[in-house]
Amino acid sequence: MINPTEYVPKSFQPRVSTYWWLGRWAYAKFILREVSSLFVAWIVVVTLLQIRALKGGPTEYAEFQAWLGNPWVVILNIISFFFVVFHAVTWFNLAPKAMVVRMQGKRLPGVAIAAPNYAAWLVVSSVVAWIVLRGLK
Amino acid sequence: MANRIQLRVKRFHPEHDQEPWFETYEVPLRKEWVVLDALNYIKDHLDGSLTFRWSCRMGVCGSCGMEVNGVPKLTCATFLTECAPGPVRVEPLKNFPILRDLVVDISDFLVKLAKSKPWIIRKVEKPLEEEYFQTPEQVDEYKQFSMCINCLLCYAACPVYGLDPLFSGPAAIALAQRYNMDSRDQGASKRMDILSQHDGIWGCTFVGECTKVCPKHVDPAGAIQQYKLTSSIEWLKSLVLPRGAE
Amino acid sequence: MLDTSSHDIVLVGGGGAGLRAAIAISESAPNLNVAVVSKVYPMRSHTVAAEGGAAGVHLPEDSLDEHAYDTISGGDWLCDQDAVEVFVKEAPLELMRLEHWGCPWSREPDGRVAVRPFGGMKKTRTWFAADKTGFHLLHTLFQTSLKYSGIVRYDEYYVTKLLVDDDRVQGVVALELTTGKIQVIMAKAVILCTGGCGRVFRFTTNAAIKTGDGMALAYRAGAPLKDMEFVQYHPTGLPFTGILITEAARAEGGFLKNKDGYRYLQDYNLGTPEPTPVLRTMELGPRDRLSQAFVHEQTKGRTILGPYGPVVNLDLRHLGEQTIKTKLPFVRELCLLYENIDPITHMIPVRPVVHYMMGGVHTNLNGETPLNGLYAAGEVACVSINGANRLGSNSLPELLVFGARAGRAAAAYASEQKPPGRHLMAQALDEQAYLQDQFLKKTSGRESIAVLREEMQKIMENCAGIYRSGESLAGAADKLFELRERFNDIRMDDSGHMFNTELISALELSCMLDVAESMAQCAAQRTESRGAHQRTDYPERDDEKFLAHSLVYRDADGRARVEYTPVTITRWAPAERVYGK
Repeated sequence: MINPTEYVPKSFQPRVSTYWWLGRWAYAKFILREVSSLFVAWIVVVTLLQIRALKGGPTEYAEFQAWLGNPWVVILNIISFFFVVFHAVTWFNLAPKAMVVRMQGKRLPGVAIAAPNYAAWLVVSSVVAWIVLRGLK
Repeated sequence: MANRIQLRVKRFHPEHDQEPWFETYEVPLRKEWVVLDALNYIKDHLDGSLTFRWSCRMGVCGSCGMEVNGVPKLTCATFLTECAPGPVRVEPLKNFPILRDLVVDISDFLVKLAKSKPWIIRKVEKPLEEEYFQTPEQVDEYKQFSMCINCLLCYAACPVYGLDPLFSGPAAIALAQRYNMDSRDQGASKRMDILSQHDGIWGCTFVGECTKVCPKHVDPAGAIQQYKLTSSIEWLKSLVLPRGAE
Repeated sequence: MLDTSSHDIVLVGGGGAGLRAAIAISESAPNLNVAVVSKVYPMRSHTVAAEGGAAGVHLPEDSLDEHAYDTISGGDWLCDQDAVEVFVKEAPLELMRLEHWGCPWSREPDGRVAVRPFGGMKKTRTWFAADKTGFHLLHTLFQTSLKYSGIVRYDEYYVTKLLVDDDRVQGVVALELTTGKIQVIMAKAVILCTGGCGRVFRFTTNAAIKTGDGMALAYRAGAPLKDMEFVQYHPTGLPFTGILITEAARAEGGFLKNKDGYRYLQDYNLGTPEPTPVLRTMELGPRDRLSQAFVHEQTKGRTILGPYGPVVNLDLRHLGEQTIKTKLPFVRELCLLYENIDPITHMIPVRPVVHYMMGGVHTNLNGETPLNGLYAAGEVACVSINGANRLGSNSLPELLVFGARAGRAAAAYASEQKPPGRHLMAQALDEQAYLQDQFLKKTSGRESIAVLREEMQKIMENCAGIYRSGESLAGAADKLFELRERFNDIRMDDSGHMFNTELISALELSCMLDVAESMAQCAAQRTESRGAHQRTDYPERDDEKFLAHSLVYRDADGRARVEYTPVTITRWAPAERVYGK
């Protein structure tokens, strides 16, 4: 006679390693994308500091500019710039996944959703650049 | 082309193994053989105790999902020549408990599938004499998500499911969205309550690997992001028009 | 002590018929408790692989009588006409019910359900969901079944035996795959929905799980099998794998061409070739005639010798990219993956392949078998609406119509029964002992499962091909019985309890051997040619002696014994089968 307790289902649950994201390039790229948000946050902080310095007057602004000249700030800002671009590009490329637009019964290709985002980015950046550079004259 | 190839297959026998281990077999390398053919050759001629699931061998039943060289694949649709010269590493699907050798416990998925309420929900049923008219364009809106064969490769590829076993997972959410988008269905709000939770759609961080491994091009990642958009809009609407917002 | 559970009705098999029956029971008798016991998760059932479509009268210019006539003539008058009349009447209702449950039927531009032409049918009446009709049907049924709390599922449980006592079926003995434990499931009625047995042949469209389990269970319990000699060869399967290329490819306009690029079907009384498909002619003829034409072409040396044997070509190129991508996307996917061929630009090599069992457990039009409490529906059953040859797209509605009817009939029967007694435990304990001693604990044994299976398949290929002869059939049943004796000396590598698929393979092989022997015996004794059973030594149809179903019983010594029972004729007197006009 077989003891019923011998029939308890046993299974093996493999544990997920802390370094699971190194297993595939797609996972690593995903982690980088998520990490980029830290650098986006940094740029936001810098911009807020810049606005505060502007409010504070020419001396405070000059101090701020000097601080910006710090080597570690420069390096951090350069790295952040690349991450912000990476963040924006991945965001725009993923937008079509969430927004399905149908015209005449056919779904618009992803490019049609992503392209206007890029275009808007270009336009806004150009306008801002023009204002800033004009002010430097 | 060589005429033999090696397979390194993960074994695990719950009655006497503490943890899984690899066994190596050598099988003929035929150009028309898929990995499943190799596994069947091993079971029929080399080692009858090798255990795995399979059935249709044409990519429609979803039984034979396994990790081949670290990537979740349908073994009936993966040719040995693709993996040549080998050795080919065959392991059970990740993120599921291993029952035996290459067989995993998928009962969690069945529970989550049922939670998605994957059936037509109507306020009032139509009588049998009346047909629901649905244009080809309306069918197209959900058709892609209805192609899911429940092979669970997406769950094996999803790091969120691996780290958080409460997460509903790509296929369950895609199937909920399939019904949400079906013009005959009126149950989107019922599904929303269940899925619009932390371990529902909001658990997804859009890694996107599920869509990449899906053999039927269901695009579960797309389904989930679309669902997030709809859910957010519904939530905003409920703030502005609290009652009767449909 | 064995684990025991009790339900009002047990369904063995969770495919199209099983799930439809379960839902029918839950709807007609919501107080009843239904168990669906399946050796695989239900969405893996072979219904999932059906491609072409499901027939049901839909257009105003069509009629039930015409569908009935097409079915009866297609079956070479071996169909029970009362059952066919019920079938054609309920088929459109069942298909509409599926539509209400969410099945994504392909549509006309105005939103109505679309229908396509199909083989052997004079009018266009085949509903379809692109070319994955079975897949969508099964998933719709499975997902809909999830909403009924009265349906309890036993996933990955293999039923090894029917419990019979007091002349009644009172439950099943099942093996829980995950743990290896024996589960006794008592019931007031059992419905078999386990599908066909294509795997008794080597070259088949059928999945691994189609091993005739339910047919063997019924046969061993004393219920007769019917018309087992009628095996359908589908004309277009891919070489080597045997993967099905749906009849829909021909319905959309595909041509079958021999090695000279000639549409050879015109030589076989199937009409004259037209550029677009004409119903009931040429490539839209019945499956048995098309498969037989292939054999003739092969004899004449006009087939193409491919690396895996003779083939002919299925030409879809003239259909155009748009049609192939919208109406036949799965066909294209399969050709690209398994043949490295794009049907938009190349012809597909195809050959006849074993596909469907017209025969099965003998039932009436309510799914009742002669054994009290035992019902059957779907491919496992033989009602018979398919007779000697099934028309394409009749099988999916058959699952729905007879799954529902068997469900309702079983529910009515179960509502009047007392619960089964506990004295069945002895039978179950015997079964457990048998499995232990014969398979798991045995250390000797010289026969290998794979070798016996291959030998069985070889015998079946020789004796039950598209054309049979007294010579090829002689002794086949004896040889198969011998294989069953050798089976007792089976050697297993796997002696574990948990998820022992080798044990399941062995049990499946034993079912297949029983079923194969019954098929060989029926084929040997039917000395006429009708439908899919073609004898070179008896080439004519013999309505005097054989307008009858073969009923095969298992004798006390385990051998197959064949009797005959007349076919029910109502309104369509036997006539000549005419196609091509």
